[in-house]
Amino acid sequence: MKKKKIKAKIIVVSAIAIMLILVTVFADFFAPNDPYTTSASSIRLAPCLKYPFGTDNLGRCVLSRVLYGGRTTIAATFALVFISFAIGAIVGMLCGYYGGIFDKLLMRIADILLAFPQMVVAIVVAGILNGGLGGAMIALGITMWVSFARLSRSHTYSLKNQDFIKAALFAGKSDLYIIAVHIFPNILPPVLTNALTQIGTTMIGLSGLSFLGLGVVPPAAEWGSMISEARAYIQIAPWAVLYPALATVFTIIVFNYLGDVVMDYREA
Amino acid sequence: MIKRVIKKLFCLVIVLVILSFLVFALLYIAPGDPAEKRLTSQGVAITKEVLDSERERLGLLKPFLVRYGEWLLCIVRGDFGISFKDDMPVAPKLVAGLRNTSILALTSLFVSLIISFPLAIISAIRKDGITDHIVRLFSFVGNSLPNFLISVLLMYLLCIKLNLFPVIASGNIQGLFMPVVSLAIPMTGRFVRQIRSEFLNEMKEDYVIGMKGRGVSCRYIILNLVHNCLGHVFTIVALQIGSLMSGSVVIETIFRWPGIGKLVMDSITARDYPVIMGFVIIMGTIYVVINQLSDILCHYLDPRTEI
Repeated sequence: MKKKKIKAKIIVVSAIAIMLILVTVFADFFAPNDPYTTSASSIRLAPCLKYPFGTDNLGRCVLSRVLYGGRTTIAATFALVFISFAIGAIVGMLCGYYGGIFDKLLMRIADILLAFPQMVVAIVVAGILNGGLGGAMIALGITMWVSFARLSRSHTYSLKNQDFIKAALFAGKSDLYIIAVHIFPNILPPVLTNALTQIGTTMIGLSGLSFLGLGVVPPAAEWGSMISEARAYIQIAPWAVLYPALATVFTIIVFNYLGDVVMDYREA
Repeated sequence: MIKRVIKKLFCLVIVLVILSFLVFALLYIAPGDPAEKRLTSQGVAITKEVLDSERERLGLLKPFLVRYGEWLLCIVRGDFGISFKDDMPVAPKLVAGLRNTSILALTSLFVSLIISFPLAIISAIRKDGITDHIVRLFSFVGNSLPNFLISVLLMYLLCIKLNLFPVIASGNIQGLFMPVVSLAIPMTGRFVRQIRSEFLNEMKEDYVIGMKGRGVSCRYIILNLVHNCLGHVFTIVALQIGSLMSGSVVIETIFRWPGIGKLVMDSITARDYPVIMGFVIIMGTIYVVINQLSDILCHYLDPRTEI
């Protein structure tokens, strides 16, 4: 009964999440204006029919920039989570399956990476790399794969000694085949749940770096950098800050909630 | 037991050495050559002779490991080198920044603990009641708010709409208010969620059921629960120190609070590597030491946990 209720919640929330993704992916279609066209005659216009969210300091349409910025934020977040997921799952499965010195070495490295404050490392590395969005993604990714690796390692470790794996071994299947066909599908649910819960945190991290000027380089639209830019004239044009801020909060809440309900579902 | 603590301390030293090595290697990951960076950040016109003499002077011609060793010895003695930007020693700058940051960080830590601890306990005791739902909703939203956003929105609301505070933080209590609130809101959200789930786990233990069965008063049970959770609460707080540090970088930059976070952001813009390296060393050391100490403390407060 309880499970059914949570399932309904998951469907609703994921529908909202998919809608968010679709709206930003097809930003060209939904955006009423070009996000990069500056216009001297329409600087800092209050929200009106032509510019539903108003315009910013250079006369650019805030709604269009929010949509395009969402594409940057969401795409970068998904890419980063996916890459960390892939690296972490592969490292974790190999370590858990084979064990031995490589396992020990990699897990020590993971321990050491976890010993440092993640965002502090990210700020410094992104600052030193100075490489725009790519630099920010590398900076966050350095420590992100670790949680995936540890999770998939521990699950692989407990799966390894189960009878169906032994059966596959006796049937003469290769190690690679066993990892890909028998282990991977079984570790997928917990690791995917972890990936879901990481989306919100990654988004906060990426937009935080952009806000500090260590992520996306202007004039490219990104929520963090839009807020940072428009902060200077918040007294005159609060809409240029408030709408990207609302978009950020809404998106993070949706993805965090999705992570939470999926966790509840797995525990229920 | 004491053996374990010694082992723990030994691990601590190793982690710190690796941290220092990685930080030193950062200068190599960074594009460009330190002598050149130093000269350009001082605005000197670069010729081959100037560059070579600068390299000689900075000791860049020695092998990597020798330089690492010399550098590490200096750091241990508390000498963090000389800033590229203004040729002043880095250590006093870092210490001054650290003092201001500690005021900010400790105040917000204190505020969020005071708020979150009772809320989490009430929420856990009245699980699935109306109070629980409200507390959970607020802690969930708080946890989802990036702190830069909170500070920008607070600025808009309190400084511009209501005109209660000056936009640029002054060094007094009034100036402390907004940075502290911006740091405390997301942290309170996380604390409430974690302490609540810790408390709920503890409530499932047999001794609680036993006490309830024996008709022990509710207040006494809660007192016992709080005592048994305290160790884990320390761990939760220690793990949050990291986000407190990165949060203070953001918040200090926004409110122009003269802490170590603002110092490092300025240094990143100016490519002032000795300051950045000093920042990572100090922050990493604080984080690692606090976390190891909290593990040991956790064991003393709650002997059920292993070190």
